[in-house]
Amino acid sequence: MHLEIFSEGNSLLHKVDPRIKLVTFIPIVFIIATTKDLITCTLALAVAGIFVAIAKLNIRKIAERIVMVNLFILLLWLFIPFSYTGHEIARIGALSISKEGVYSTTLITFKANAIFIFTITMLGTSRVFSLAHALLHLKVPVKLVYMFFFCYRYITLLHEEYERLIRAALIRGFKPKTNIHTYKTYAYLAGMLIVRSYERAERIYKAMLCRGFTGKFPIMIHFQLKNLDYMFVFSMMAVIIMLIMSEILLYT
Amino acid sequence: MHISEGVLSVPVLVSGAILSAGGVFYGLKKMDNENVPKAALLTAAFFVAALVHVPLGPSSVHLTLNGILGLVLGWMVFPSVFVALFLQALLFQFGGFTTIGVNTLIMASPGLIVYYLLRGYIKSKNFYVVFTSGLIAGFLSILLSTLLLSLSLAISAPEHLGIAKVIMLSHVPVMFTEGIISAFCITFIKKVKPEIFEICQDSVL
Repeated sequence: MHLEIFSEGNSLLHKVDPRIKLVTFIPIVFIIATTKDLITCTLALAVAGIFVAIAKLNIRKIAERIVMVNLFILLLWLFIPFSYTGHEIARIGALSISKEGVYSTTLITFKANAIFIFTITMLGTSRVFSLAHALLHLKVPVKLVYMFFFCYRYITLLHEEYERLIRAALIRGFKPKTNIHTYKTYAYLAGMLIVRSYERAERIYKAMLCRGFTGKFPIMIHFQLKNLDYMFVFSMMAVIIMLIMSEILLYT
Repeated sequence: MHISEGVLSVPVLVSGAILSAGGVFYGLKKMDNENVPKAALLTAAFFVAALVHVPLGPSSVHLTLNGILGLVLGWMVFPSVFVALFLQALLFQFGGFTTIGVNTLIMASPGLIVYYLLRGYIKSKNFYVVFTSGLIAGFLSILLSTLLLSLSLAISAPEHLGIAKVIMLSHVPVMFTEGIISAFCITFIKKVKPEIFEICQDSVL
C-alpha cells in the first residue's frame, strides 16, 4: 500500500521546511473553516489551485481524490438545499429548494475542497517522517509524535498481513456474504491482526530497549531555514491577510 | 465515521477540539514508554481494519471497532483515535484537520464509555459473559458515535437535522454487524492472547 502518493516530487512546495508548512497551514485552514463568505472561499480555492500548479502534482491522482471527497458532499446536496426556509428558487414535487440552502451548501463544498487541496499541496508534499520530526520541534508531546511515527511505519506492514490473511481465506473458498459465518471470519481476521500487532509491539519495544532507549529518539538531521522558507512564510502571510480582509470587508 | 470539513459551526469545532485535547493529554499521561509501541501498533491495526469492507445486504460497511479499541486502551483510546484520524486526514483526506477534534471525540469517547462499563466483565472466564460484553461493546460504541455525530451536525445548524436523522437510521444495521463482529473478535482475542486486555491496568474506580 503506497500511502504518501504526493510526497514524491521536486517542486518548490516539496522543498519548503515542514515546520514552516505546519505553522502556516493551521491559520489558513482555520480561516477557511470559519468563514461565512463565499467570495473568501472562492479566493482560497483559487490560491489552492495555484498551489496545485506550483507543486506539479499528478493531476489524475488529485482528480481521483477530489471525486472521493466530493462523494460525501454530494450527499449533503441531496438534503441541505431543501431544509432551509427562505427564498424559493425551484420546486421538485413537495420539496422547495431555497436560495439560502443552495448558498450554504455551495459554501460547504468550496470550503471542503479548498481545505482538502491545501492539505495535499502543503502537508502531502512532505514525507510523513519529516512531518513527525517537525511536530517534535513544534512542541507536540513526544509520546504522541512517537505514536504517530510508529503507527505510520507499521500501517503498510499490517495491511500486508491482512492481505495475506484474507488471501488465505479466499483460497480456501471463503465467499463474503451477509451471514454469521462471514462476520465470524472477518472478526477472527481482525482479531488476528490485533494479536499480531500486539506481539510485534512487544518485540519492537524490546529491540528499542536493547538499543538503549530511554524515552527519546536521538535526531541526527536538523532542519535549517533557507531563503525559500522565508519567501514561503511571507507569501503565506499575504494570503492569510488577504483572506481575513476579504472576510471582514465582504461579510457584513 | 467522520464529519467532513466545512460543515460544522465554529462553537462545535472549538468545543470538540478542547474536549478532545483534554482526553488526548490525559491518555498520554496514562501511557508509559512501554505502551507507546503497543498503542501505536493497535492504532495501525484499527486503521487497517477500517479499510476492511464487510458485506451487508446489497451494500457493505467498513469495520470501526472503536469499542474494542476502547476496551483495550482505556483512556489511551483518545491519543490512539487522534493519531488514526490525523493520518487519515493526511493520507486520504478523510475527515479533515479542522474537524479532527470533534471527530476524535465522536470516535474515542464511546470507546472510553464502553471501557468503564465492561472492563470488569471482559475479565470473566465465562464464554457467554465475554461474548455478550463484546456484543454490547460493538453495538454501543457505534450507537454512541452516531448519536454524537448527529448531535454535532444538528447543533451546528438546525437545517442539518434531516441529514442527521438519515445518518442515524442508516447506521442501525451497522450497529448490529459491528456488535456481532466485536463479540467474535473479543472472544478470539481472549482465547489467543488474553494479555491484550491487560494493557491498561488502572485501579477500578
